[in-house]
Amino acid sequence: MNFVAPDFMPVLPELFVLILACLVLVIDVFLEQQQRHITYGLAQLTLLGAALLTLATYAQAPTTTMFGHYVKDAMGDLLKLCIYLASAAVFLYSRDYLRQRDLFKGEYYVLGLFGVLGMMIMVSAHSLLSVYLGLELLSLSLYALVAIDRDSPVASEAAMKYFVLGSLASGMLLYGISMVYGATGSVDLQVVADAVAKQGTSNLVLVFGLVFLVVGLAFKLGAVPFHMWLPDVYQGAPTSVTLYIGSAPKLAAFALVMRILVDGLGALQNDWQQMLIILSVLSIALGNLVAIVQSNIKRMLAYSTISHVGFLLLGILAGTPEGYSAAMFYTVVYVLMAVGAFGVVLMLSRTGFEAENIDDFKGLNDRNPWLAFLMMLIMMSMAGIPLLVGFYAKWVVLQAVVDIGLVWLAIYGVAFSVIGAFYYLRVVKCIYFDKAEQSEPIELSRDTGIIISANGLLLVVLGLYPTALMTWCATALLN
Amino acid sequence: MLSELPLLSFVIWFPILGGVAVLFVGDDNPGRAKVLALTVAILTFLISIPLYSWFDPATAAMQFQEFLPWIPAFNANYHLGVDGFSMPLILLTAFMNLLVVIAGWEVVQYRVAQYMAAFLIMAGLMIGVFAALDAILFYVFFEAMLIPMFLVIGIWGGPRRVYATVKFFLYTFLGSVFMLIALIYMYNQANSFEILDFHKLPLTLTEQVLIFFSFLLGFGVKVPMWPVHTWLPDAHVEAPTGGSVILAAITLKIGGYGFLRFALPITPDASSMLDWLIITLSLVAVIYISLVALIQQDMKKLIAYSSIAHMGFVTLGFFIAFGIYRHTGSLSGAAMGVEGGMVQMVSHGFISGALFLCVGVLYDRVHSRLIKDYGGVVNTMPVFAAFMVLFAMANAGLPGTSGFVGEFMVILSSFKASFWLAFLAATTLMLGAAYTLWLVKRVVFGDIGNSHVAELQDVNTREIVMLSLLAAAVLLLGLWPDPLTSVMHTTVDNLLQHITVTKL
Repeated sequence: MNFVAPDFMPVLPELFVLILACLVLVIDVFLEQQQRHITYGLAQLTLLGAALLTLATYAQAPTTTMFGHYVKDAMGDLLKLCIYLASAAVFLYSRDYLRQRDLFKGEYYVLGLFGVLGMMIMVSAHSLLSVYLGLELLSLSLYALVAIDRDSPVASEAAMKYFVLGSLASGMLLYGISMVYGATGSVDLQVVADAVAKQGTSNLVLVFGLVFLVVGLAFKLGAVPFHMWLPDVYQGAPTSVTLYIGSAPKLAAFALVMRILVDGLGALQNDWQQMLIILSVLSIALGNLVAIVQSNIKRMLAYSTISHVGFLLLGILAGTPEGYSAAMFYTVVYVLMAVGAFGVVLMLSRTGFEAENIDDFKGLNDRNPWLAFLMMLIMMSMAGIPLLVGFYAKWVVLQAVVDIGLVWLAIYGVAFSVIGAFYYLRVVKCIYFDKAEQSEPIELSRDTGIIISANGLLLVVLGLYPTALMTWCATALLN
Repeated sequence: MLSELPLLSFVIWFPILGGVAVLFVGDDNPGRAKVLALTVAILTFLISIPLYSWFDPATAAMQFQEFLPWIPAFNANYHLGVDGFSMPLILLTAFMNLLVVIAGWEVVQYRVAQYMAAFLIMAGLMIGVFAALDAILFYVFFEAMLIPMFLVIGIWGGPRRVYATVKFFLYTFLGSVFMLIALIYMYNQANSFEILDFHKLPLTLTEQVLIFFSFLLGFGVKVPMWPVHTWLPDAHVEAPTGGSVILAAITLKIGGYGFLRFALPITPDASSMLDWLIITLSLVAVIYISLVALIQQDMKKLIAYSSIAHMGFVTLGFFIAFGIYRHTGSLSGAAMGVEGGMVQMVSHGFISGALFLCVGVLYDRVHSRLIKDYGGVVNTMPVFAAFMVLFAMANAGLPGTSGFVGEFMVILSSFKASFWLAFLAATTLMLGAAYTLWLVKRVVFGDIGNSHVAELQDVNTREIVMLSLLAAAVLLLGLWPDPLTSVMHTTVDNLLQHITVTKL
């Protein structure tokens, strides 16, 4: 048996992040607390380097390597770029918050980078095995991150809950994978796809495996009825970690669904479409309805995430190339909004004060008009009001479901988006219409201020001209 | 050469960018912000005038067209253009925007820059609604305009402003999202979001009926038609004066315009089949809502209900056309109904705006909107009283004012469809006169009601300018409506020729 070295060129960004993450871990050990910003800088450099490497090797046509376990294609590369960007913003927004809470430790960044690595593997996985490995790398980093504030009982509880439920979901996924393996004899997605196309739904084991896979995916996405962990984790985790969980991993989760359901089990579309419709219908309803009664902003945003996942699924379940690119556009836009929303929540917190409740937004217009304006943009965008990019995201997924004749589903979606608008408006109401309970103005460090401004204004810019991003998503999925 | 300028883009984006600039001047510089806002508003109005003077009334084709690819994946384009329906409404918007800026000059003290910016941005968006020829572009402007109005009512409004503004937002949002589904559905058939392509799109009767109802929801809420009108009195009462003026003068017109641009030409068979429904709802608005207006204690609420009743005339005029055509086969008779509706829209824009400004003038001095807190205002404010009586008469439809022209045209054309319809519609002349004149009697005439009224100062120069501009418009349109009707003749004829041909 002779060993042929695989082609390492396509995995260059992953190798770079792996090496740098280890390096950061080592360097961090030798740093004093006041030198911790070096860790932060290195983490940002890692993301920058990875972004440059990805850009330099941006895939024109898909190439597989690592014996078919890994694929480099345009969808993966585009999603990776978004992941770097989102993570860089997360690291930046979190910096001051962590510093004020004595959580400014190397672990946050090391775990964050390993999480990024996990996401990269998920995004580029070409076998059920590598998908699973990436997912576990990400999940383990996240479990640890949630518990990073060791002295907080709420955070520990959230981490425990997350760990138990997350492991359960991983188990489901693994069980599904094993059945698919049993039915098709391979974990390579291409082989699986060919085998599935041949056997179709006649193979009961395959369909059975599919159900478990969908359950596992729904857990990871946070789709109803597998959403229970999401609000508790969002609320319990330190806000900087909530920001992390709520942003880039959604991109990876989208890729996960695309790889497994579309690339691998595309031939079973008729079966998973039914399941996704149910998940989507339930998520849209429950997410929007329950968010209305929340008073905790993190919890409200968690339920809003659930409803957004429902909309995202609309695009995937359409099962058309337009649908997939719509879902991808939706995910990217959602991450952009989520980063901004949690970012503003972070910025409202100070030493000794945790911005947790919607009431903490009261009178923000008097305390910092610019931040108030940005938050208003983000909320309106989440509600799907035009001139902000959130509208186009909703529009393209609705277009996708109307295309396949599911007009009722589109009507259902928009009806609930009106209900959803209410709780976003409530935040705007607190910001603009209510008197401030605290009067001290909110100061932002310069780099945070610039990036959150760019983040908010990007919603308007993309809202005026969404074509560029739409085209990227569409072309990335085409090849 | 000059006519090739992207005029429409100018009128849309200039106030929006100007509003952003005002925002950046900031609330710390209220004086500078106000001057800048006024400059932007005046320039916007000036830029909009060539739209009228260079307009060719002989053609029904879209004019001042601009076309840029926008979202090629869905064949949605930045396509602008105006015809005889949209051009007058754009001018009306630019004009009212200027008045609102003047009206807020001394009155608004809290966050002046944000106030002015909100109105300028809103004006640009509303002009965009009228100018858009692409359905998605239309929808984008149509919805985006909710954001500034939501903030205006919520920040500068009265005590129950939060309730009113959230109700306003959700009501109109709910109405319009279903329209989005209809637009997407039609795109799938026409492979284009061009409104003019939708006009030509063949649709079965079932499709037409469903699409018609989605339009009815979207635009009926905006107009507003009974029974989905309840957001309007709340919004009007709580909104600051400027907000009420824009709501009554422009926002409601967008609903009426939507019927002309979308519902009638895209679903002519459904509109013809269901015209009885709209006519019934319009008559309910005219009669029942007028009676409701009669018993109001609050001046703003009274005018709000009167707006609903007057807008009932607009929808009546649009949809009576089908009845006339069926009854007499004459297109020119039907044309009078549609034209009457259009004249009524423009006229109501002036009159309702003026009345809300009058209430604003009183409110700024006494800080009450209740009728019983006034009485004998004429004794202390004679100049103001003259204006108020003029606008009230116009609201009641006195000949010689613009209010008369539209109502008269609609009633006259109703006769051709059915005597009883005309009879019911004509009750507005009575009821309208009743509630308006009673309002004037209680507020303006009589003995000085209380010490507040005794201390009233008459209108100052700023207020005289603003009210005179409106008075001139009301009288001009009333005595000589031809400049308005002549630009829309061809467009109306074209519309009627289109909608009387079945799509089935």
